[in-house]
Formats: sequence, C-alpha cells, structure tokens
Amino acid sequence: MTKRRIKSKTLSSFLYDPPAVIGSLILLIFFFAALLAPWISPQNPYDLGKVNLDFFLTPPVWMEGGHFPFLLGTDDQGRCILSTIIYGLRTSLIVGFGVVLIAGTFGVLMGLLAGYYGKVLDAVVMRLADTFFAFSTTLMAFLLMGIFNQRGLLTVILAICLADWVRYARTMRGSVLEVKEETYITAAKATGAKDFRLLLKHLLPNALPPILVVVAVDLGVVIMLEATLSFLGVGVPVTEPSLGMMISNGKDYIYAGMWWMIVFPGATLVMLVVGINLFADWLREELNPRLERKES
Amino acid sequence: MASYIIRRILQGIIVLLAVSMICFIIFRYMGDPVLTLAGKYATFEQIQEVRESFGLDKPMLEQYLRFVWNALHGNFGVSYVSRVPALDLILERLPATVELATTAIGIAFILGTFLGVIVSLKPFAIRNKVIMAGSLGGISMPTFLTGILLIMIFGVYLGVLPPYGRGETVQVGFWRTGLLTLDGIRHIILPALTLAGFQLAVILRLTRAGMREVLTQEYIKTAWAKGLPPKKVIFKHALRNVLIPVITITGLQFGELIAFSIVTETIFQWPGMGNLLLTSMFESDQPVIVTYIMLAALVIISINILVDIIYAFLNPKIRYD
Repeated sequence: MTKRRIKSKTLSSFLYDPPAVIGSLILLIFFFAALLAPWISPQNPYDLGKVNLDFFLTPPVWMEGGHFPFLLGTDDQGRCILSTIIYGLRTSLIVGFGVVLIAGTFGVLMGLLAGYYGKVLDAVVMRLADTFFAFSTTLMAFLLMGIFNQRGLLTVILAICLADWVRYARTMRGSVLEVKEETYITAAKATGAKDFRLLLKHLLPNALPPILVVVAVDLGVVIMLEATLSFLGVGVPVTEPSLGMMISNGKDYIYAGMWWMIVFPGATLVMLVVGINLFADWLREELNPRLERKES
Repeated sequence: MASYIIRRILQGIIVLLAVSMICFIIFRYMGDPVLTLAGKYATFEQIQEVRESFGLDKPMLEQYLRFVWNALHGNFGVSYVSRVPALDLILERLPATVELATTAIGIAFILGTFLGVIVSLKPFAIRNKVIMAGSLGGISMPTFLTGILLIMIFGVYLGVLPPYGRGETVQVGFWRTGLLTLDGIRHIILPALTLAGFQLAVILRLTRAGMREVLTQEYIKTAWAKGLPPKKVIFKHALRNVLIPVITITGLQFGELIAFSIVTETIFQWPGMGNLLLTSMFESDQPVIVTYIMLAALVIISINILVDIIYAFLNPKIRYD
C-alpha cells in the first residue's frame, strides 16, 4: 500500500514539473531516433555507395541552393547532416550509457566494499578518488586516450570508465557509511546474516538512491566528454559518426559562412545534455528530503 | 595541524611518484625510444650506442631511478620533434596559458558570484529565472562548442574580435605578456570567455545554493533587524560565509581548468601549453607529453594541498585525526 502511494506521489511531482517533463521528452525522442536510425534517417552517411559527392556542402533545404532530401544540408563529403546527427546520437548514447553502466557498476561495488569493510581498501579507494578528482575526469580521459594506441568506440568507453568510476565509488561509500548504522542492519547481523547477504540484500538496495542522481548527472557529463574527445581528434575514429567530430569538421568552414555544419549538431548535443540535466535536477530535489520543494 | 599538513604533503609526494611511474612506463613502452632517438635507418651499432648512452640497457629499477633523478633536476629529455629540451619547450609556453587561465578564472569568479547573489535574493523574478536557465545552458554546453560559437558570432559574422592567436606580445623580463597591448587584450577576450563559461555556471550555482541556505540563518535575520544597509548584510554577512566553499571547490577543480584550457587553446590556436600537448600527442613526442603530465600533476597536487590547508585555517570546525 505505502509503496504504491509513494510511487504515485513521485509520478505526480514529476508531471507537475514542466522542465522535467520537457527534459524527459527530449531524451525519449533522441533515444528512439538513435535506436531507429537505419529506418528513419534519409541516408546512411557511412555507406559509401549512398553518399554522393555531387551534393557536398549543400545548404539546408529552405535556403537557396538547398536540395531535397538533405533537410539540414550536407557536409564537405556530401553526407546528409540530419542523418549523420541521428547516427552520431547513437554513438553519444552508446558511450553515455555504456560508461554509466560499466563505471557505475564497478564504482558502486568498490564503494560498497570500501564503505563496509573500511581499513586498507577504504583508504586506497578514497585516496584514488581524491587523486582522480584533482586531475578531473576530462583530463584523465584525455591523457588516457593519448596513451592508448588503438582508437575505437570501446577504447573511448574504457578510457572514460577508468577516469570516471571514482565518482560512483565515493558517493556509494558515503551512502553505505550512513546506512550501515541503521538498526535493521544491526538486526540482520544479529540474526547471523552472512556478509555476502548483508551486502547485496540489505546494504546495496538501501544505499543506492543517491547513486541515481549521480547517474543522471554523469550521463550528461560523459556525453559531453565523448564529444570533446572526438572534437579534439583523440576520441572515436573518423569511421564512426560523432557529434563532436561533425563540429570539428565544420569548424574549417565557418569562415565560408557554412554555419549548418556546426549549428545543427551543436544544438542537438546541447539539447540532449539539457534534457538530461533537467531530469537530473528534478531527481535531485525529489530524492533530497532536506530541500523543501515548491517554495512559492 | 602541523601533522595534518605533513601528512597531506606526504600523500602528495606518493601521488607524484605514482604519476612518475606511469610516465616512465609511457616513455619506455609506448613506441620504442631507441628507434626514435637513433632514427629509422640507424645501423645495429648505432642502435646499441644509443641504448647504452641513454642507459636503456640497464635494469628497470635503475632506469626508473635515473628517470626520477633527472626529473628532479628538471631534465625530462629532448623533444623528438624539435630536438629542444622538453622542459624549455613547455616553459616557453607557460605565460600564455597562465594569462589565459587567470583571466578566465577572474571573469568566472566575479561574474559567477555576482549573478549568484542576485539570483538568490529573488529566486522567482523573471530576470533571475532567465539567468538560471542560462546557467543550465552553461553547464550543458561543452567548452569547444562555446568557443566555436563565439568565433562564429564575434570573429566571423560581426568581425569585431580576432578569432585566433595571441596578438602582439611584449617581453617583460622572462615573461612574455599579451596583456599590456591593446591587440593582446582584444585577442584574449574570446578564449577567456570560452574558458570561463563552464566555471562561471558552476560558481553561479554554488553561490546561489549557498546564499539560499545562509539567508535563512538567524544571524542574517539579526543583521536585518539591526537595520544594517542591505549591501552590508548581503555582501559582508552572507556572501563571506558562502565564499569559503565556493573558493574551495573552484580550487579543487583546477584540473578541470587545465583540461579545458587544452580545448580552448586548440580552438583559438592559442600558443599555450595545452596546444603544445595536443600537437605532441599527434606527433608521439613522448618527452613533451611526459613533461607536461608531470608538471600538471605537480601544479594540481600543490594547489589541492594549499586549498586543503587554507580551508582548515578558515574553518576551525574541521577535525583532523
């Protein structure tokens, strides 16, 4: 009973928060666009047989010189901007969710163990976290990409994961330290529950809520990071579509006034991250009992 | 307190050693230094000679100790590409980066706290909602995009500010500055704004959150009740207490500043260290990369320790044991 009430309360608070709804809508649209890319995009920009060099640097369709079906124009190799954006969204979301999933799982486990067992493991994880934070995820990932010889989608995910997992470990540890003191944990211990059971059945689910906010915020950060790495030329290889790389290509043409190669992928990237952040803001306030919502 | 400082410094040294170990591995195993040093067409004898003269035939531990010893003496080897000592190459670029970073941090800090205070006073005014929406855009906009859009607007379409380079510089002692000429100042505006963008949004949000909490405190109510002028209550009583965490977090985000300075320098072709690092990465110029990483680590760790110590002084509530 209580559980159901909480759920519907959460839902109504969500529906009464227009920014959160807008953010989630953007996310949903982008998610499905990326998922259905081969069917909805006008052209497969990475199928060399379909790309026609005759139509390179075409402006958007409503401008003079625009051609159908290149709604948003084409780039310097005749690739349809709209299609490349949709395929680029795929890369953004794969890297974003991939990192959040892998780094999140690993970080949560490390935080759980560090918070529960303490001692050496705790000290090592926390010192690592301090150091990683001092260097910042961006710098770490950038330097790691410089060290890795092979570049690919997996390398990018791996580099960002290596730089990023401490964020989850730190939050999880703090949360575990709090939950550990609860009476039900002592009770479970008193009934003779094994460590394994205690960790997975009692500590993990109860210490997890703060991680949700980290996941939401981190998704946006990781997507921006992938775009930044690809923009600098140390991210995904040129054979993979990426919003960052599109903007990097387009920057050579801004002096010629060909704004569409930058503005459309840039706007897509910003909308995606704004959508994520709007949702994250709502989630943060929803899960934070200290902050009284709706002050007006 | 003294033991806390010593412990923080010891921790810093351990981290630096770890970084040096990673750098050593990069230097030794990413690409063959012997081949790079001797050249592609070297004979077997020449290769042997290079190997011996650089000590690359010695045991690992000895090589590592030699690497650390040399690094402590500021000797990081010679750039593979330009054949100039790597440290000199980087130090030559230092002023450009420091000027850009300090200008950016200055802009971010002044504007960020100012806007944060304004927003916190009347959270529901339309103007302030616009500022908050802008700050959401600020944290959702990657630095490289901010830079390119600024170039497009001010450099290309309006044509009022130079889109790349550092402009005219003046040599003052060992420091080459661009801040003393009008041309140099015109050149720094766009990159500094770009680099400030991200920090600005973060500082704004931190200030706003802090002010919202502090403004409800008893001592602020007392200050109002005493009839103090608003300026005094807001800036002297409230903002001061908010600034401690804001400064701390800004200091701790120094690594972020370095990372984004690489991006900014690349976009604006700013002749700084970050620009050099990216070029060196593409050229696999390991000595320069290694020197950059070691220097960045040294600076970041020093600043972190400094921030921790200052914080401990400012906030006597913290216990260290």
